[in-house]
Amino acid sequence: MTSDSIAAAARETAPAGARDFLRGQIRWRWSEIVFWLATLLPFVLAPDYLVLASQVAISALFALSLDLILGFSGIVSLGHAAYFGVGAYTAGLISVWGWGEPLTGLVVAGIAAGLVGYVTSFVIARFRHLALIMITLGFGLLLQEAANSAGWLTGGFNGLQGIHTWPLLGKFEFDLYGYTAYAYALAGLFLIFLVARRIIHSPFGLALRGIRENGARMPAIGAPTHSHIRTIYTIAAIIAGIAGAMLTQSTETVSLEALGFQRSADVLVMLILGGTGKLYGGIIGAVVYMVARDQFAGLNPQYWYFWIGLLLIAVVMFLPNGILGGLELLAESAKAQWAKSKWAKTP
Amino acid sequence: MGQVEMGQNAVSETITAGAGNADGSALSARGINKSFGSLVVAADVAINLPAGVRYALIGPNGAGKTTLINLLTGMLRPDAGRIFLGSDDITALPPEARVQRGLVRTYQINSLFPQLSALEAVTLAVCERRRIARTWWRPLTAYTEDIDEAHGILATLNLAAVCYRPTRELAYGQQRLLEIALALATRPKVLLLDEPAAGVPREESRDLFAAIAGLSRDITVLFIEHDMELVFRFASRILVLVGGRVLVEGTPAEIAADERVRAVYLGKEHGAPRHG
Repeated sequence: MTSDSIAAAARETAPAGARDFLRGQIRWRWSEIVFWLATLLPFVLAPDYLVLASQVAISALFALSLDLILGFSGIVSLGHAAYFGVGAYTAGLISVWGWGEPLTGLVVAGIAAGLVGYVTSFVIARFRHLALIMITLGFGLLLQEAANSAGWLTGGFNGLQGIHTWPLLGKFEFDLYGYTAYAYALAGLFLIFLVARRIIHSPFGLALRGIRENGARMPAIGAPTHSHIRTIYTIAAIIAGIAGAMLTQSTETVSLEALGFQRSADVLVMLILGGTGKLYGGIIGAVVYMVARDQFAGLNPQYWYFWIGLLLIAVVMFLPNGILGGLELLAESAKAQWAKSKWAKTP
Repeated sequence: MGQVEMGQNAVSETITAGAGNADGSALSARGINKSFGSLVVAADVAINLPAGVRYALIGPNGAGKTTLINLLTGMLRPDAGRIFLGSDDITALPPEARVQRGLVRTYQINSLFPQLSALEAVTLAVCERRRIARTWWRPLTAYTEDIDEAHGILATLNLAAVCYRPTRELAYGQQRLLEIALALATRPKVLLLDEPAAGVPREESRDLFAAIAGLSRDITVLFIEHDMELVFRFASRILVLVGGRVLVEGTPAEIAADERVRAVYLGKEHGAPRHG
């Protein structure tokens, strides 16, 4: 075989093989469609839990934003609540200052969080691993104390008072049962999920996976690694800010807890529970974590973190790729089993 | 196209007198010094790769061969000295900017993307070269030409059959080839290969060097290699580095005849330079 004939053969097979292979990776799967249809079930099956469902959706959006940097780009963060908090306080402040329209509130909050994210990304892009954990942790603590001491602006320890969110689209009041809140959060989650999905399957998404897999190698193929990291970090900050704003708007309160260490740790736990680098991992993780917290807190109001700790250890020990990774394994082995039995029947 | 550019380089070289050499050098460096504390790894190194050359960099272990590649590609900053790609001074450019201008390297120890398939990895390199890797609003599959190009590169290196597998599942020799495929995807003008056949069985390493020898003459190639038979078969010029210093530089015949080289380096090998 000469290299010419190989090249000729490659040119013939490439359109069929290589393109189809990559197309197959980004195709919508049935399980995805079923999943998104299932997110509508709470309206019918659990109307008493819509407030919880809306908070699950908001946490899922926050976890999705962390997945973009942690799961897809390998940028570890223990201070991601900083951007959530900036979004949450921005939405709260503009409401207090007299503009309670939710959608414009989201946009402004997203821009504010994105700006903070862009500025911090210049530091983030230069570090990795343990140093990054410390820097993000430090930044989160810094911002929390700044918000605490700026009581004139943020309400300090007591939280921001007097937030009122206007009806969504001028029609739908944010009711006590959480109908509007869940519809709002779910729509936001779905739309931003579509954007995230598009990012992951773009050339930029491929570059991010390259950074995650081997950041040191990227410059050797001509990749502006720092610039890529700054872009995705800013995008993740915008999404985190939007999630924060949604929480403020739907609960009409915001306190220091919105940008505290606990929230940064919680979102990390959710993502790892669900599985990193899979887009759906954060969403699954948020559902499991929030529902478990709700149930455990009912069982044992004082010590519910004990059970969360146990759950986390069990998942990491037995399902290293998270719950979603475990489900994928299960589906694969079931598929293999099915193929085997079919093969056995037809000799 | 490469030749036209080369011509332009020659013209501009005569204008910026003293930059690079006037004989159409693709990559040159002079006065390169680098030390880590008291350890001198490069001492006043000068190197000049004429366009299209197959250039071997040899020397005993610890001579500073890989360090020199790190210095030329910007992975390390020299303490002193200047580096020219064509006639352009690239001493201050970061590694990725040098790659974008056509100065590309491979690694002695595989440095790949374990979870990406070979196709994705090479497509990524093509996307970075075409400056579309910043695009996040269009799906990768819209760039069919780039995917085809990546597949074509893999096919010429005999990797088409395994290109859908994650890199970590490829055989070692295939991973070595993928190193070269990644470099080729950046369309290098100057390719620096750090022991491309390291760890590959002798039979396969011959195939690997045949693939390197088959590269377009538009690409200037420097390679580090310990197998003297391969060096003398494929190199048109050889530089011997010892203790961070250039011992001698010349054609294979000159190197084979050089007493100092025999004494310092080749003497250890039995009748190594047969070729010449």
